[in-house]
Amino acid sequence: MTANPVESTALYDIPGPHTRRRHRMYGVVSTVLILALIGWVLYLLFDTEQFTYTKWMPFEYKGIQELLLRGLGNTLKAFAMAAVLSLTLGTVLATGRLSDHRPVRWISAMVVEFFRAMPVLVMIFFIFVALKVQPLPALVAGLTLYNGSVLAEVFRSGVNSVERGQREAAFALGLRKTQVMTYVLAPQAVRSMLPTIISQLVVALKDTSLGYLITYEEFLHAGKLIASNLDYDLPFIPVVMVISPIYIGMCMLLSWFAQWVSRWERRSPKTEAVEVAPAEPGTLLRGGVPPTAPRP
Amino acid sequence: MNVLTDNFSIFAEGFLGTVELTVYASALALALGFVMASFRVAPVSSLRVFGTVWVTVLRNTPLTLLFFAVLLGLPRFGLVLPFKVFAILALGCYTSAFICEALRSGINTVPKGQGEAARSLGMTFHQTLSMVVLPQAFRSVIPPVGSTLIALAKNSAIAGAFSVTELLGTYKTLSELGYNIVWTFFWIAVGYLIITLTISAIFNVLEKRWGVPR
Repeated sequence: MTANPVESTALYDIPGPHTRRRHRMYGVVSTVLILALIGWVLYLLFDTEQFTYTKWMPFEYKGIQELLLRGLGNTLKAFAMAAVLSLTLGTVLATGRLSDHRPVRWISAMVVEFFRAMPVLVMIFFIFVALKVQPLPALVAGLTLYNGSVLAEVFRSGVNSVERGQREAAFALGLRKTQVMTYVLAPQAVRSMLPTIISQLVVALKDTSLGYLITYEEFLHAGKLIASNLDYDLPFIPVVMVISPIYIGMCMLLSWFAQWVSRWERRSPKTEAVEVAPAEPGTLLRGGVPPTAPRP
Repeated sequence: MNVLTDNFSIFAEGFLGTVELTVYASALALALGFVMASFRVAPVSSLRVFGTVWVTVLRNTPLTLLFFAVLLGLPRFGLVLPFKVFAILALGCYTSAFICEALRSGINTVPKGQGEAARSLGMTFHQTLSMVVLPQAFRSVIPPVGSTLIALAKNSAIAGAFSVTELLGTYKTLSELGYNIVWTFFWIAVGYLIITLTISAIFNVLEKRWGVPR
Protein backbone atom coordinates (compact mmCIF):
# COMPACT_ATOMS: atom_id res chain seq x y z
CA MET A 1 0.00 0.00 0.00
CA THR A 2 2.50 2.62 1.17
CA ALA A 3 5.55 3.27 -0.96
CA ASN A 4 8.55 1.38 0.22
CA PRO A 5 11.18 4.00 1.11
CA VAL A 6 14.17 1.78 0.25
CA GLU A 7 13.06 1.44 -3.37
CA SER A 8 13.11 4.30 -5.82
CA THR A 9 9.75 5.54 -7.11
CA ALA A 10 8.83 7.79 -10.01
CA LEU A 11 9.09 10.67 -7.57
CA TYR A 12 12.02 9.86 -5.31
CA ASP A 13 15.41 8.31 -5.80
CA ILE A 14 16.89 5.86 -3.32
CA PRO A 15 17.94 8.22 -0.50
CA GLY A 16 21.58 8.64 0.32
CA PRO A 17 22.95 9.27 3.83
CA HIS A 18 22.32 13.02 3.71
CA THR A 19 18.78 12.66 2.40
CA ARG A 20 18.02 9.95 4.94
CA ARG A 21 19.09 12.28 7.72
CA ARG A 22 16.94 15.06 6.26
CA HIS A 23 13.95 12.70 5.96
CA ARG A 24 14.44 11.62 9.54
CA MET A 25 14.36 15.26 10.60
CA TYR A 26 11.16 15.85 8.61
CA GLY A 27 9.77 12.74 10.24
CA VAL A 28 10.50 14.03 13.73
CA VAL A 29 9.04 17.47 12.97
CA SER A 30 5.87 16.09 11.41
CA THR A 31 5.41 13.55 14.21
CA VAL A 32 5.65 16.37 16.72
CA LEU A 33 3.12 18.41 14.75
CA ILE A 34 0.67 15.50 14.47
CA LEU A 35 1.04 14.71 18.18
CA ALA A 36 0.46 18.40 18.97
CA LEU A 37 -2.72 18.29 16.90
CA ILE A 38 -3.96 15.20 18.74
CA GLY A 39 -3.02 16.81 22.04
CA TRP A 40 -4.93 19.97 21.16
CA VAL A 41 -8.07 17.95 20.32
CA LEU A 42 -7.75 16.03 23.59
CA TYR A 43 -7.27 19.32 25.46
CA LEU A 44 -10.43 20.69 23.84
CA LEU A 45 -12.33 17.57 24.84
CA PHE A 46 -11.21 17.87 28.46
CA ASP A 47 -11.62 21.62 28.49
CA THR A 48 -15.25 21.41 27.43
CA GLU A 49 -15.82 18.66 30.04
CA GLN A 50 -16.68 15.83 27.73
CA PHE A 51 -15.31 13.17 30.08
CA THR A 52 -17.41 13.98 33.13
CA TYR A 53 -19.31 11.13 34.77
CA THR A 54 -22.76 12.59 34.05
CA LYS A 55 -22.10 12.52 30.32
CA TRP A 56 -20.92 8.91 30.28
CA MET A 57 -23.38 7.63 32.87
CA PRO A 58 -26.16 6.79 30.37
CA PHE A 59 -24.06 4.05 28.77
CA GLU A 60 -24.19 2.12 32.05
CA TYR A 61 -27.96 1.76 31.86
CA LYS A 62 -29.42 -1.38 30.45
CA GLY A 63 -32.26 0.48 28.72
CA ILE A 64 -29.81 2.73 26.86
CA GLN A 65 -27.63 -0.20 25.85
CA GLU A 66 -30.69 -2.00 24.55
CA LEU A 67 -31.75 1.12 22.67
CA LEU A 68 -28.35 1.28 20.96
CA LEU A 69 -28.36 -2.43 20.18
CA ARG A 70 -31.86 -2.21 18.75
CA GLY A 71 -30.69 0.67 16.56
CA LEU A 72 -27.68 -1.35 15.40
CA GLY A 73 -29.99 -4.29 14.68
CA ASN A 74 -32.26 -2.07 12.60
CA THR A 75 -29.27 -0.75 10.65
CA LEU A 76 -28.08 -4.27 9.91
CA LYS A 77 -31.61 -5.36 8.98
CA ALA A 78 -31.94 -2.52 6.46
CA PHE A 79 -28.47 -3.34 5.12
CA ALA A 80 -29.22 -7.03 4.69
CA MET A 81 -32.49 -6.35 2.89
CA ALA A 82 -30.94 -3.68 0.66
CA ALA A 83 -27.95 -5.91 -0.15
CA VAL A 84 -30.03 -8.92 -1.19
CA LEU A 85 -32.53 -6.85 -3.16
CA SER A 86 -29.91 -4.74 -4.94
CA LEU A 87 -27.94 -7.84 -5.96
CA THR A 88 -31.18 -9.24 -7.40
CA LEU A 89 -32.07 -6.00 -9.17
CA GLY A 90 -28.51 -5.67 -10.44
CA THR A 91 -28.65 -9.16 -11.95
CA VAL A 92 -32.01 -8.45 -13.60
CA LEU A 93 -30.89 -5.11 -15.05
CA ALA A 94 -27.54 -6.50 -16.22
CA THR A 95 -29.38 -9.35 -17.98
CA GLY A 96 -31.59 -6.73 -19.59
CA ARG A 97 -28.63 -4.66 -20.76
CA LEU A 98 -26.93 -7.73 -22.25
CA SER A 99 -30.13 -8.89 -23.94
CA ASP A 100 -30.34 -9.58 -27.69
CA HIS A 101 -33.57 -7.61 -27.98
CA ARG A 102 -33.14 -3.93 -28.56
CA PRO A 103 -36.22 -2.65 -26.61
CA VAL A 104 -35.20 -4.62 -23.50
CA ARG A 105 -31.66 -3.34 -23.76
CA TRP A 106 -32.90 0.20 -24.24
CA ILE A 107 -35.31 0.17 -21.29
CA SER A 108 -32.76 -1.32 -18.90
CA ALA A 109 -30.16 1.21 -20.02
CA MET A 110 -32.62 4.03 -19.32
CA VAL A 111 -33.43 2.69 -15.87
CA VAL A 112 -29.77 2.16 -14.97
CA GLU A 113 -28.66 5.57 -16.18
CA PHE A 114 -31.52 7.39 -14.48
CA PHE A 115 -31.09 5.82 -11.06
CA ARG A 116 -27.32 6.18 -11.20
CA ALA A 117 -27.62 9.88 -11.88
CA MET A 118 -30.12 10.59 -9.08
CA PRO A 119 -28.94 11.25 -5.54
CA VAL A 120 -30.03 8.33 -3.32
CA LEU A 121 -31.49 10.74 -0.82
CA VAL A 122 -33.82 12.29 -3.40
CA MET A 123 -35.18 8.83 -4.22
CA ILE A 124 -35.57 7.93 -0.55
CA PHE A 125 -37.38 11.20 0.17
CA PHE A 126 -39.56 10.78 -2.91
CA ILE A 127 -40.64 7.30 -1.82
CA PHE A 128 -41.05 8.41 1.79
CA VAL A 129 -42.84 11.73 1.23
CA ALA A 130 -44.64 11.45 -2.08
CA LEU A 131 -45.60 7.78 -2.00
CA LYS A 132 -46.16 7.87 1.79
CA VAL A 133 -44.27 4.63 2.50
CA GLN A 134 -43.04 3.58 5.94
CA PRO A 135 -39.40 4.55 6.70
CA LEU A 136 -37.86 1.06 6.43
CA PRO A 137 -39.35 0.11 3.03
CA ALA A 138 -38.61 3.62 1.73
CA LEU A 139 -34.95 3.36 2.81
CA VAL A 140 -34.54 -0.16 1.43
CA ALA A 141 -36.26 0.74 -1.85
CA GLY A 142 -34.10 3.83 -2.37
CA LEU A 143 -30.88 1.95 -1.60
CA THR A 144 -31.95 -0.94 -3.82
CA LEU A 145 -32.72 1.24 -6.83
CA TYR A 146 -29.39 3.08 -6.60
CA ASN A 147 -27.07 0.22 -5.70
CA GLY A 148 -28.91 -2.19 -8.00
CA SER A 149 -28.26 0.14 -10.95
CA VAL A 150 -24.60 0.54 -10.08
CA LEU A 151 -24.23 -3.22 -9.60
CA ALA A 152 -25.89 -3.81 -12.99
CA GLU A 153 -23.10 -1.78 -14.60
CA VAL A 154 -20.53 -3.68 -12.57
CA PHE A 155 -21.94 -7.05 -13.66
CA ARG A 156 -22.14 -5.94 -17.27
CA SER A 157 -18.59 -4.69 -17.44
CA GLY A 158 -17.52 -7.89 -15.68
CA VAL A 159 -19.14 -10.02 -18.38
CA ASN A 160 -17.64 -7.83 -21.10
CA SER A 161 -14.17 -8.08 -19.60
CA VAL A 162 -13.99 -11.87 -19.88
CA GLU A 163 -11.52 -12.75 -22.60
CA ARG A 164 -13.25 -12.97 -25.97
CA GLY A 165 -11.92 -16.44 -26.68
CA GLN A 166 -13.98 -17.86 -23.82
CA ARG A 167 -17.25 -16.78 -25.37
CA GLU A 168 -16.16 -17.82 -28.85
CA ALA A 169 -15.01 -21.24 -27.67
CA ALA A 170 -18.26 -21.80 -25.81
CA PHE A 171 -20.33 -20.88 -28.87
CA ALA A 172 -18.11 -23.09 -31.03
CA LEU A 173 -18.90 -26.02 -28.76
CA GLY A 174 -22.57 -25.50 -29.63
CA LEU A 175 -23.76 -23.99 -26.35
CA ARG A 176 -26.79 -21.69 -26.50
CA LYS A 177 -26.53 -18.05 -25.43
CA THR A 178 -28.06 -18.72 -22.01
CA GLN A 179 -25.66 -21.61 -21.45
CA VAL A 180 -22.67 -19.52 -22.53
CA MET A 181 -23.74 -16.87 -20.06
CA THR A 182 -24.53 -19.11 -17.08
CA TYR A 183 -21.77 -21.71 -17.47
CA VAL A 184 -18.91 -19.71 -18.93
CA LEU A 185 -19.17 -15.94 -18.69
CA ALA A 186 -21.12 -15.23 -15.50
CA PRO A 187 -18.97 -17.37 -13.14
CA GLN A 188 -15.78 -15.71 -14.36
CA ALA A 189 -17.37 -12.25 -14.35
CA VAL A 190 -18.59 -12.64 -10.76
CA ARG A 191 -15.17 -13.85 -9.66
CA SER A 192 -13.44 -10.88 -11.25
CA MET A 193 -15.99 -8.38 -9.97
CA LEU A 194 -16.43 -9.79 -6.46
CA PRO A 195 -14.15 -7.16 -4.85
CA THR A 196 -16.06 -4.36 -6.59
CA ILE A 197 -19.40 -5.90 -5.61
CA ILE A 198 -18.39 -6.11 -1.94
CA SER A 199 -17.09 -2.52 -2.05
CA GLN A 200 -20.43 -1.43 -3.45
CA LEU A 201 -22.09 -3.19 -0.50
CA VAL A 202 -19.91 -1.03 1.78
CA VAL A 203 -21.53 1.97 0.08
CA ALA A 204 -24.96 0.46 0.81
CA LEU A 205 -24.00 -0.09 4.46
CA LYS A 206 -22.80 3.50 4.76
CA ASP A 207 -25.97 4.79 3.12
CA THR A 208 -28.26 2.98 5.58
CA SER A 209 -27.40 5.93 7.84
CA LEU A 210 -29.59 8.05 5.53
CA GLY A 211 -32.48 6.34 7.31
CA TYR A 212 -31.76 8.74 10.17
CA LEU A 213 -33.02 11.59 7.98
CA ILE A 214 -36.40 9.92 7.39
CA THR A 215 -36.82 9.02 11.08
CA TYR A 216 -36.07 5.32 10.62
CA GLU A 217 -35.05 4.08 14.07
CA GLU A 218 -31.52 3.04 13.17
CA PHE A 219 -28.20 3.37 14.97
CA LEU A 220 -27.72 7.11 14.49
CA HIS A 221 -31.31 7.78 15.50
CA ALA A 222 -30.76 5.90 18.77
CA GLY A 223 -27.64 7.99 19.34
CA LYS A 224 -29.56 11.21 18.71
CA LEU A 225 -32.19 10.18 21.28
CA ILE A 226 -29.50 9.74 23.94
CA ALA A 227 -27.60 12.87 22.90
CA SER A 228 -30.62 15.14 23.24
CA ASN A 229 -31.40 13.97 26.78
CA LEU A 230 -31.10 16.83 29.28
CA ASP A 231 -30.84 14.44 32.25
CA TYR A 232 -27.38 13.40 31.11
CA ASP A 233 -26.19 16.95 30.35
CA LEU A 234 -26.59 16.52 26.55
CA PRO A 235 -23.87 13.88 26.06
CA PHE A 236 -23.40 14.62 22.37
CA ILE A 237 -19.65 14.10 22.02
CA PRO A 238 -19.66 10.87 24.09
CA VAL A 239 -22.42 9.52 21.85
CA VAL A 240 -20.39 10.33 18.73
CA MET A 241 -17.34 8.71 20.37
CA VAL A 242 -19.30 5.54 21.01
CA ILE A 243 -21.21 5.34 17.73
CA SER A 244 -18.59 6.26 15.16
CA PRO A 245 -16.02 3.55 16.00
CA ILE A 246 -18.75 0.91 15.72
CA TYR A 247 -20.11 2.29 12.44
CA ILE A 248 -16.69 2.94 10.89
CA GLY A 249 -15.43 -0.41 12.20
CA MET A 250 -18.23 -2.30 10.45
CA CYS A 251 -17.53 -0.55 7.14
CA MET A 252 -13.78 -1.10 7.51
CA LEU A 253 -14.25 -4.81 8.15
CA LEU A 254 -16.29 -5.11 4.97
CA SER A 255 -13.73 -3.04 3.00
CA TRP A 256 -10.89 -5.21 4.24
CA PHE A 257 -12.86 -8.27 3.29
CA ALA A 258 -13.19 -6.83 -0.24
CA GLN A 259 -9.42 -6.26 -0.43
CA TRP A 260 -8.74 -9.75 0.87
CA VAL A 261 -11.09 -11.25 -1.72
CA SER A 262 -9.35 -9.20 -4.40
CA ARG A 263 -5.94 -10.61 -3.45
CA TRP A 264 -7.31 -14.11 -3.07
CA GLU A 265 -9.08 -14.09 -6.45
CA ARG A 266 -6.00 -12.74 -8.16
CA ARG A 267 -4.08 -15.83 -7.06
CA SER A 268 -6.87 -18.19 -8.06
CA PRO A 269 -6.29 -20.20 -11.29
CA LYS A 270 -9.99 -19.75 -12.11
CA THR A 271 -9.50 -16.08 -13.00
CA GLU A 272 -6.86 -16.63 -15.68
CA ALA A 273 -9.11 -15.41 -18.51
CA VAL A 274 -10.20 -12.25 -16.72
CA GLU A 275 -8.55 -9.44 -14.79
CA VAL A 276 -9.64 -9.16 -11.16
CA ALA A 277 -10.91 -5.65 -10.45
CA PRO A 278 -9.44 -3.64 -7.55
CA ALA A 279 -11.54 -3.33 -4.39
CA GLU A 280 -13.26 -0.06 -5.23
CA PRO A 281 -16.94 0.79 -5.52
CA GLY A 282 -18.43 1.28 -8.98
CA THR A 283 -17.80 4.65 -10.58
CA LEU A 284 -20.33 7.10 -11.95
CA LEU A 285 -18.62 8.46 -15.02
CA ARG A 286 -18.27 6.50 -18.24
CA GLY A 287 -14.72 5.75 -19.20
CA GLY A 288 -13.61 5.56 -15.58
CA VAL A 289 -10.96 2.95 -14.92
CA PRO A 290 -12.84 0.73 -12.48
CA PRO A 291 -15.15 -1.19 -12.81
CA THR A 292 -14.19 -1.74 -16.44
CA ALA A 293 -11.54 -4.34 -15.76
CA PRO A 294 -8.66 -4.13 -18.26
CA ARG A 295 -8.03 -7.05 -20.56
CA PRO A 296 -5.24 -9.37 -19.52
CA MET B 1 -45.91 22.39 -14.74
CA ASN B 2 -46.98 25.48 -12.82
CA VAL B 3 -45.12 24.15 -9.78
CA LEU B 4 -41.96 25.39 -11.45
CA THR B 5 -43.28 28.64 -12.91
CA ASP B 6 -45.09 29.70 -9.73
CA ASN B 7 -42.13 29.04 -7.45
CA PHE B 8 -39.24 29.73 -9.73
CA SER B 9 -37.47 31.86 -7.11
CA ILE B 10 -37.63 29.08 -4.49
CA PHE B 11 -36.27 26.54 -6.95
CA ALA B 12 -33.60 28.96 -8.16
CA GLU B 13 -32.52 29.63 -4.58
CA GLY B 14 -32.26 25.92 -3.85
CA PHE B 15 -30.47 25.23 -7.12
CA LEU B 16 -27.91 27.97 -6.47
CA GLY B 17 -27.48 26.65 -2.93
CA THR B 18 -26.60 23.21 -4.28
CA VAL B 19 -24.25 24.69 -6.89
CA GLU B 20 -22.56 26.79 -4.22
CA LEU B 21 -22.13 23.80 -1.89
CA THR B 22 -20.77 21.72 -4.76
CA VAL B 23 -18.28 24.33 -5.96
CA TYR B 24 -16.85 25.25 -2.55
CA ALA B 25 -16.75 21.67 -1.31
CA SER B 26 -15.08 20.57 -4.56
CA ALA B 27 -12.39 23.22 -4.15
CA LEU B 28 -11.78 22.13 -0.55
CA ALA B 29 -11.79 18.45 -1.51
CA LEU B 30 -9.34 18.95 -4.38
CA ALA B 31 -6.96 21.00 -2.22
CA LEU B 32 -7.10 18.66 0.78
CA GLY B 33 -7.01 15.60 -1.46
CA PHE B 34 -3.86 16.90 -3.13
CA VAL B 35 -2.19 17.52 0.24
CA MET B 36 -3.18 14.07 1.49
CA ALA B 37 -2.01 12.39 -1.72
CA SER B 38 1.37 14.08 -1.40
CA PHE B 39 1.50 12.90 2.22
CA ARG B 40 0.75 9.36 1.10
CA VAL B 41 3.57 9.25 -1.43
CA ALA B 42 6.05 11.18 0.75
CA PRO B 43 9.28 9.50 1.86
CA VAL B 44 8.50 10.50 5.47
CA SER B 45 6.76 7.64 7.23
CA SER B 46 4.81 9.65 9.81
CA LEU B 47 3.18 11.68 7.03
CA ARG B 48 2.38 8.46 5.16
CA VAL B 49 0.72 7.05 8.26
CA PHE B 50 -1.28 10.24 8.76
CA GLY B 51 -2.47 10.20 5.14
CA THR B 52 -3.37 6.53 5.28
CA VAL B 53 -5.36 6.94 8.49
CA TRP B 54 -7.18 9.99 7.08
CA VAL B 55 -8.16 8.12 3.92
CA THR B 56 -9.09 4.82 5.59
CA VAL B 57 -11.23 6.45 8.27
CA LEU B 58 -13.03 8.93 6.03
CA ARG B 59 -13.66 6.41 3.26
CA ASN B 60 -15.42 4.16 5.74
CA THR B 61 -17.41 6.88 7.50
CA PRO B 62 -21.08 7.21 6.58
CA LEU B 63 -21.54 10.79 5.36
CA THR B 64 -24.63 11.25 7.52
CA LEU B 65 -22.56 10.39 10.61
CA LEU B 66 -19.94 12.92 9.55
CA PHE B 67 -22.58 15.62 9.03
CA PHE B 68 -24.11 14.69 12.39
CA ALA B 69 -20.73 14.97 14.12
CA VAL B 70 -19.60 18.15 12.37
CA LEU B 71 -22.85 20.15 12.28
CA LEU B 72 -24.06 19.23 15.73
CA GLY B 73 -20.75 18.34 17.41
CA LEU B 74 -18.35 21.17 16.58
CA PRO B 75 -20.60 23.85 18.17
CA ARG B 76 -20.04 22.03 21.49
CA PHE B 77 -16.40 23.11 21.28
CA GLY B 78 -17.51 26.70 21.06
CA LEU B 79 -16.95 26.83 17.30
CA VAL B 80 -19.98 28.62 15.95
CA LEU B 81 -20.15 29.05 12.18
CA PRO B 82 -23.05 29.12 9.74
CA PHE B 83 -24.41 25.67 8.94
CA LYS B 84 -23.43 26.13 5.32
CA VAL B 85 -19.73 26.38 6.25
CA PHE B 86 -19.99 23.25 8.38
CA ALA B 87 -21.70 21.44 5.51
CA ILE B 88 -18.91 22.48 3.11
CA LEU B 89 -16.30 21.31 5.66
CA ALA B 90 -17.97 17.91 6.10
CA LEU B 91 -18.53 17.35 2.37
CA GLY B 92 -15.04 18.58 1.46
CA CYS B 93 -13.24 16.43 4.04
CA TYR B 94 -15.28 13.36 3.13
CA THR B 95 -14.63 13.75 -0.59
CA SER B 96 -10.95 14.62 -0.09
CA ALA B 97 -10.31 10.99 0.90
CA PHE B 98 -11.65 9.78 -2.45
CA ILE B 99 -9.81 12.50 -4.39
CA CYS B 100 -6.61 11.54 -2.58
CA GLU B 101 -6.94 7.92 -3.67
CA ALA B 102 -7.69 8.94 -7.26
CA LEU B 103 -4.63 11.21 -7.37
CA ARG B 104 -2.40 8.66 -5.70
CA SER B 105 -3.34 5.91 -8.13
CA GLY B 106 -2.79 8.42 -10.93
CA ILE B 107 0.75 9.07 -9.69
CA ASN B 108 1.29 5.33 -9.39
CA THR B 109 0.43 4.82 -13.07
CA VAL B 110 3.51 6.84 -14.05
CA PRO B 111 6.24 4.26 -14.68
CA LYS B 112 9.26 4.35 -12.41
CA GLY B 113 11.56 4.71 -15.41
CA GLN B 114 10.11 8.13 -16.21
CA GLY B 115 11.28 9.54 -12.90
CA GLU B 116 14.62 7.75 -13.16
CA ALA B 117 15.19 9.13 -16.66
CA ALA B 118 14.29 12.64 -15.53
CA ARG B 119 16.70 12.45 -12.60
CA SER B 120 19.48 11.03 -14.74
CA LEU B 121 19.08 14.05 -17.03
CA GLY B 122 19.87 16.14 -13.98
CA MET B 123 16.38 17.43 -13.28
CA THR B 124 15.71 18.57 -9.75
CA PHE B 125 12.86 17.14 -7.68
CA HIS B 126 10.71 20.14 -8.50
CA GLN B 127 11.35 19.77 -12.24
CA THR B 128 10.72 16.03 -12.20
CA LEU B 129 7.44 16.59 -10.40
CA SER B 130 6.11 19.48 -12.48
CA MET B 131 7.44 18.53 -15.93
CA VAL B 132 7.40 14.74 -15.96
CA VAL B 133 5.28 13.09 -13.29
CA LEU B 134 2.32 15.42 -12.73
CA PRO B 135 1.51 16.04 -16.42
CA GLN B 136 1.31 12.29 -17.00
CA ALA B 137 -0.58 11.63 -13.79
CA PHE B 138 -3.07 14.40 -14.63
CA ARG B 139 -4.14 12.62 -17.80
CA SER B 140 -5.11 9.44 -16.05
CA VAL B 141 -6.88 11.03 -13.07
CA ILE B 142 -9.49 12.96 -15.08
CA PRO B 143 -12.22 10.26 -15.12
CA PRO B 144 -11.95 9.15 -11.47
CA VAL B 145 -11.83 12.74 -10.20
CA GLY B 146 -14.85 13.57 -12.37
CA SER B 147 -16.94 10.77 -10.97
CA THR B 148 -15.87 11.68 -7.43
CA LEU B 149 -17.07 15.25 -7.99
CA ILE B 150 -20.38 13.97 -9.40
CA ALA B 151 -20.77 11.90 -6.25
CA LEU B 152 -20.05 15.05 -4.22
CA ALA B 153 -22.81 16.96 -6.02
CA LYS B 154 -25.23 14.14 -5.25
CA ASN B 155 -24.08 13.87 -1.64
CA SER B 156 -24.75 17.57 -1.11
CA ALA B 157 -28.44 16.61 -0.87
CA ILE B 158 -27.73 15.43 2.69
CA ALA B 159 -26.98 19.02 3.68
CA GLY B 160 -30.59 19.92 2.90
CA ALA B 161 -31.79 17.55 5.59
CA PHE B 162 -29.59 19.47 8.07
CA SER B 163 -31.41 22.72 7.23
CA VAL B 164 -28.91 24.15 4.76
CA THR B 165 -30.59 25.86 1.80
CA GLU B 166 -30.28 23.56 -1.20
CA LEU B 167 -32.34 21.88 -3.87
CA LEU B 168 -33.79 18.89 -2.04
CA GLY B 169 -34.85 21.07 0.89
CA THR B 170 -37.23 23.03 -1.35
CA TYR B 171 -39.76 20.16 -1.26
CA LYS B 172 -40.65 21.06 2.34
CA THR B 173 -41.59 24.66 1.55
CA LEU B 174 -43.53 23.65 -1.53
CA SER B 175 -45.48 20.82 0.09
CA GLU B 176 -46.47 23.22 2.88
CA LEU B 177 -47.75 25.58 0.18
CA GLY B 178 -49.87 22.69 -1.08
CA TYR B 179 -48.26 22.02 -4.45
CA ASN B 180 -48.28 18.62 -6.09
CA ILE B 181 -45.47 16.69 -4.43
CA VAL B 182 -44.73 14.43 -7.39
CA TRP B 183 -44.13 17.37 -9.73
CA THR B 184 -42.02 19.08 -7.08
CA PHE B 185 -39.77 16.05 -6.96
CA PHE B 186 -39.74 15.89 -10.74
CA TRP B 187 -38.25 19.38 -10.94
CA ILE B 188 -35.82 18.65 -8.10
CA ALA B 189 -34.66 15.60 -10.08
CA VAL B 190 -34.24 17.76 -13.19
CA GLY B 191 -32.15 20.21 -11.16
CA TYR B 192 -29.81 17.48 -9.96
CA LEU B 193 -29.57 16.04 -13.46
CA ILE B 194 -28.54 19.46 -14.79
CA ILE B 195 -25.75 19.68 -12.20
CA THR B 196 -24.43 16.13 -12.59
CA LEU B 197 -24.64 16.22 -16.39
CA THR B 198 -22.78 19.54 -16.44
CA ILE B 199 -19.93 18.13 -14.35
CA SER B 200 -19.91 15.03 -16.53
CA ALA B 201 -19.77 17.18 -19.69
CA ILE B 202 -16.92 19.30 -18.31
CA PHE B 203 -14.89 16.21 -17.51
CA ASN B 204 -15.69 14.64 -20.89
CA VAL B 205 -14.23 17.74 -22.55
CA LEU B 206 -11.16 17.57 -20.30
CA GLU B 207 -10.84 13.87 -21.10
CA LYS B 208 -11.08 14.48 -24.86
CA ARG B 209 -8.58 17.31 -24.64
CA TRP B 210 -5.95 15.76 -22.39
CA GLY B 211 -6.88 12.24 -21.48
CA VAL B 212 -4.88 9.33 -22.81
CA PRO B 213 -5.78 5.69 -22.30
CA ARG B 214 -3.08 3.84 -20.44
